[in-house]
Amino acid sequence: MALPQAKLDATDARIAALTLPEGASWAREAREGGLLRLRTMGLPGPRDEYWRFTRPDALNAASTPGAAIFKSDETALFGDIDRLRVVFRDGVFDADASDDLSLENIEIERLETATAKDIHWAKDLYGVLETRGQTPVKRPFAAMNTAFATDGVVLRATGKVSKPVSLVYLHEKTDSDAILHFVIRVETGADLTVLENGPAAARFNKCMEVDICDGGTFHHVRAQGRDHERLAVTHLFARLGEESTFKSFTLTANGRLTRNEAVIEITGDNATAHVAGAAVGDGDFHHDDTVFVTHDAVNCESRQVFKKVLRNGAVGTFQGKILVKAGAQKTDGYQISQALMLDEDAQFLAKPELEIYADDVICSHGSTSGAIDDEALFYLSSRGIPNAEAQDLLTLAFLAEAINEIENEAIAADILSRLEGWLERHRSA
Amino acid sequence: MLKINNLHVKLEEEDKQILKGVNLEVPAGKVHAIMGPNGSGKSTLSYVLSGKDGYEVTEGSATLEGAELLDLDPEERAAAGLFLAFQYPVEIPGVGNMTFLRTAVNAQRKARGEDELSAADFLKLIREKAKSLKIDADMLKRPVNVGFSGGEKKRNEILQMAMLEPKMCILDETDSGLDVDAMKLVAEGVNALRSEGRSFLVITHYQRLLDHIKPDVVHIMADGRIIKTGGPELALEVENNGYADILTEVA
Ligand SMILES: Nc1ncnc2c1ncn2[C@@H]1O[C@H](COP(=O)(O)OP(=O)(O)OP(=O)(O)O)[C@@H](O)[C@H]1O
Ligand SMILES: [Mg+2]
Repeated sequence: MALPQAKLDATDARIAALTLPEGASWAREAREGGLLRLRTMGLPGPRDEYWRFTRPDALNAASTPGAAIFKSDETALFGDIDRLRVVFRDGVFDADASDDLSLENIEIERLETATAKDIHWAKDLYGVLETRGQTPVKRPFAAMNTAFATDGVVLRATGKVSKPVSLVYLHEKTDSDAILHFVIRVETGADLTVLENGPAAARFNKCMEVDICDGGTFHHVRAQGRDHERLAVTHLFARLGEESTFKSFTLTANGRLTRNEAVIEITGDNATAHVAGAAVGDGDFHHDDTVFVTHDAVNCESRQVFKKVLRNGAVGTFQGKILVKAGAQKTDGYQISQALMLDEDAQFLAKPELEIYADDVICSHGSTSGAIDDEALFYLSSRGIPNAEAQDLLTLAFLAEAINEIENEAIAADILSRLEGWLERHRSA
Repeated sequence: MLKINNLHVKLEEEDKQILKGVNLEVPAGKVHAIMGPNGSGKSTLSYVLSGKDGYEVTEGSATLEGAELLDLDPEERAAAGLFLAFQYPVEIPGVGNMTFLRTAVNAQRKARGEDELSAADFLKLIREKAKSLKIDADMLKRPVNVGFSGGEKKRNEILQMAMLEPKMCILDETDSGLDVDAMKLVAEGVNALRSEGRSFLVITHYQRLLDHIKPDVVHIMADGRIIKTGGPELALEVENNGYADILTEVA
């Protein structure tokens, strides 16, 4: 079906100011492919099945509405973790602020450099996992990202990488509109942790493609900054080989609009994929997790654990699907999405989906939204714990299942302390 | 210590009077027991004293060492020295028992202007108290009351009481659900805490507990009032004859 002219016009208006970056012919082709996909599907609209809960207008707009810079007096997240820092300032790689990009068992290369080479391993992945992830659900902003991404890095882990690669996204201009693309390949038996931290820009479009070969392990922990007005649409595409492990956790605090998509395809037997998130919002906050996990192999486990704490008009949405293809026997799929409403004004919309074509599987899903348990609150206060502290304790308990998905204890402790700080700052009067 | 004067309480949500003029005084260092038929208002009294929502005091007062209790928030009452061992202890998934107790102990110390307990001191203290109540390390690590047996929950209440060292302890049917040995353990825990400056109000249905925790005074509550007060022999009378005689006697 051809795209209606109005939708095509809107799409062209959205990308009018963007140009396809130069590169080797494979990279040009990949980018042109992304552009073609985008112009074929068009920008999302409220009638698109997976955009009913989230208005894409601010993401569709030709220019960014802008976002004030957030000044934080907190110490840098992951500051005590020994890591290799790759810094982007409003979506532009900053070599001076970054560490030396060399580390044993991993190749780190700027996207621009990698895509300029005629022969490069990233050719098999750039825009490739994104394309696979376009079926059956359209993801226009990911296609747009493949076409127009201006910066990013490609990572290839060949063994156990001794410290995390930490992507640091600084936001310093009120009108920055960044598009970053990352390609990650975890070779057979390799082990890599990637951290992401920061808002990146007033409006941020990020795409990360992760290919985990047999026996590979990939850990991912991200925090999306504390800026209130920023917009973000992110895609995480992962393909899992045999006996591989993928674990991703996202902390979102504040942000006018965040759409985080995770599209995970399990192609090898005995693999594990966990994707989790904790989102906390107060006021002008719309947070959307859209997850699609495909089981296409035997004896694999997947978990989706998403928790949101909402107050004062904040909105949380969750769309999570588990697709078990024919033959994907012994699948163990789990999905939970829960919202804790700290007042009556918050809103949570959830759409859990299961689609199963194999008979020997265990899949469970649940979605709830509710308030703090009064009985528990009274029990804590009756022991002398002040109400606000008791609320925080119960809220952190609510978030615990998601935070527990972070394997590294120091990183988990750091994330937990950010949540504690947020809750303390956002207590009810 | 605790002085309850003509306390009238109704439910906030519906027009139902539950306490209809309770008068009760527990002097410092004494153990008083309350017995009474199901639904007579014993738990309601304990909740109202600890500050639970949902009840409206329509008349009367309650003071702890002369200070008006009913104006305080639950956490302030706790810091002032009031403790309620719940008839039905609440399960709190996700909050570790140890974290909960440390937070509570330190919150109370802070409220009283005392220094917080160091992690090491706290650990030493809780291990010692847990041991005497036969609460193992695993129970301390688990989320508060989650998956605890009925008896374990009750012992956990006494552990909290021992850690918080309140002045006025209200025990609401702490004996129900306990096996004979656990009952002894709990009674020993309570007796170890008995002192001149600490009072107890023990709500129970059974004389048995009172064999272990010897009360100074026994009150009978019925239909929202204390209808009879006497010595320990009153508990025996209830054990042998039930409430019928007492109820007709006062009617
Ligand atoms: N929140 C409530 N909603 C409705 N009724 C209530 C509520 N709380 C108490 N009641 C009623 O008040 C009366 C007293 O209840 P309470 O729990 O205080 O009795 P009790 O003496 O502790 O009984 P038991 O010996 O069975 O524990 C009962 O009739 C009970 O149903
Ligand atoms: Mg009761």
